[in-house]
Amino acid sequence: MVAQPLTENEAIITVENLEFSYGDFKAVDGISFTVKKGEIFSFLGPNGAGKSTAINVLITLLALQKGKASVAGYDVAKDPQKVRESIGIVFQEITLDRDMTVWESLEFHGKLYSMPHTDRRKRIEELLILVQLENKRDVRTKNLSGGMKRRLEIARGLMTRPKVLFLDEPTIGLDPQTRMRMWDYIKDVNKEGTTIFLTTHYMDEADQLSDQISIIDNGKIIISGTSWQLKNTLGQDIIYLETSNNDASIQLLQNLSSVKDITTKSHGFLVSVHEDGTKVLPTIMERLHKAGISIDTVNLKKPSMDDVFVYYTGKEIRDEPIGKSGFISLRPGGH
Amino acid sequence: MNYGFVNIYWRDMIRFVRFRTMLFSSLLQPALWLAFFGIAMSSSFDSLMSGVPIPPGAHAVGYLTFMAAGIIAMTTLFTCLFGGMIILFDKNWGLMREILASPMPRDHVIIGIGLSGMTKSFIQAIIIMVFGIIIGAGFFVGFSAVQIAIAVLGILVFVAVFGLGFLFLSAGIAISMETPEGMQGIMTLLTMPIFFASNALYPLNAFPEFLKVISTYNPMTLLINGIRYFAIGDDFMAMGTHYVYTTNDILLSFAGLVAFALIMYAFARWRFHKAVVT
Repeated sequence: MVAQPLTENEAIITVENLEFSYGDFKAVDGISFTVKKGEIFSFLGPNGAGKSTAINVLITLLALQKGKASVAGYDVAKDPQKVRESIGIVFQEITLDRDMTVWESLEFHGKLYSMPHTDRRKRIEELLILVQLENKRDVRTKNLSGGMKRRLEIARGLMTRPKVLFLDEPTIGLDPQTRMRMWDYIKDVNKEGTTIFLTTHYMDEADQLSDQISIIDNGKIIISGTSWQLKNTLGQDIIYLETSNNDASIQLLQNLSSVKDITTKSHGFLVSVHEDGTKVLPTIMERLHKAGISIDTVNLKKPSMDDVFVYYTGKEIRDEPIGKSGFISLRPGGH
Repeated sequence: MNYGFVNIYWRDMIRFVRFRTMLFSSLLQPALWLAFFGIAMSSSFDSLMSGVPIPPGAHAVGYLTFMAAGIIAMTTLFTCLFGGMIILFDKNWGLMREILASPMPRDHVIIGIGLSGMTKSFIQAIIIMVFGIIIGAGFFVGFSAVQIAIAVLGILVFVAVFGLGFLFLSAGIAISMETPEGMQGIMTLLTMPIFFASNALYPLNAFPEFLKVISTYNPMTLLINGIRYFAIGDDFMAMGTHYVYTTNDILLSFAGLVAFALIMYAFARWRFHKAVVT
């Protein structure tokens, strides 16, 4: 959850003052951002905010109208062919041929990207196992469940090990187990050097996966940063404690530099902190332990990405379920 | 060298073989035309034409033989005009996005669809020839085995160029359309004049002048010239009309078809490069 510090990596996606209009309607209104090589970048926004339009320009399905954009070092307007060779895409909507089998869909994709025969066949086998479709290889895609189709599409997007992988809401309709599995694989692919450009409506997903997040609404980028930076703009983490001696505990903790404020409650007390609560909490526990005070209950409340999202875009997304808020509970004496 | 078109071809042929009903109906339909329309019309026409004198050097052929060439052309026309429909389905149901966002050059979609449509037309043309001969069409009469092979090859080359022309047209229209219904409408509009303003079912010489001009340059007529030349011969009598084809006539017909196919390719290419599918 803690974002890695930015290294001096080169930018792999650069967008400058990008504008795109459909007739009079400005879908993208002068956005600029960079994605650094090797990052997982999340592009968040409510439906109709301009995300898909921006992505379509980056993946060269829409011609650039105004501004500049480059992907993997190639200008999307001047070198669309090179851009296409460098990227992989998992589209928001299902883009499978209903009458092709699972295996044929992957084979077709590998050939579209001119993958050599042996690589292609090997990768298909690996991916079928990864997405647990190895028993469905000869099933036509129209006979797959929604989740299976999605898994197949993700497998397809991963086939070519692209420099940049665009994932446009890739985990819609997947059960939590499958989502977790996909995240793990996305992280692995990322570790091997593929930059990930993700849009999602699952805020916990964006929170846990991304190095950088930008929130877009009405065609403009509202805020960018690490998930921690974004959450911090809303306020501090709050730690709730119940101990064997609350008064003594408060005395002990009051003069800690990271502690901002302490409020007493009926059975315990709330500590609001200046820094990342997950880092302050061990210090607090250690100090109480040394003083011989035992802890009965600990609760850490962080502002969630949901809170951040709703704060900045002013409206909840109603057509997709949203992740749980960020309560992390620890057992007494826990680490 | 990118072999993307082979991939498009492979996928379209999978669908062709997979849809059993579509496969069988597309193979059965031309045979039914021959069996019902051909036999019915030939029995009435042949009795009407029986008194017409035959010029020296020409041999008389029955109506079934005459129209069998037209049925090959008609079947090719229908198959190829609708051959691009898959592009519209892909556009509406997603796969076209995956194709257009891939590094494969867009021209390969056009070429791949062209080649698969061509293959289907070959299969159909051969079925009609075989079936036609079985029910009594006078194709390749008095030809040696080598001559038959050359004639069949000649017919397929004509069918190929004509078919590609209409497949390119169909692909170009499909990528520009939004709904299958709209495409169906355009195709029906195109089919009527192309089929009936041709020499598929009757000779052109009795047509009014303007229709005669249109019909003479109709790719359908150019194709049928080629098929009749190879299947029946360069000098024959049918429907009370004396047909004489010189080598020049046939080369000109072929050149006309090549020009048509090239123009249609340019059209399809232009439509594909303009296409926006999101």
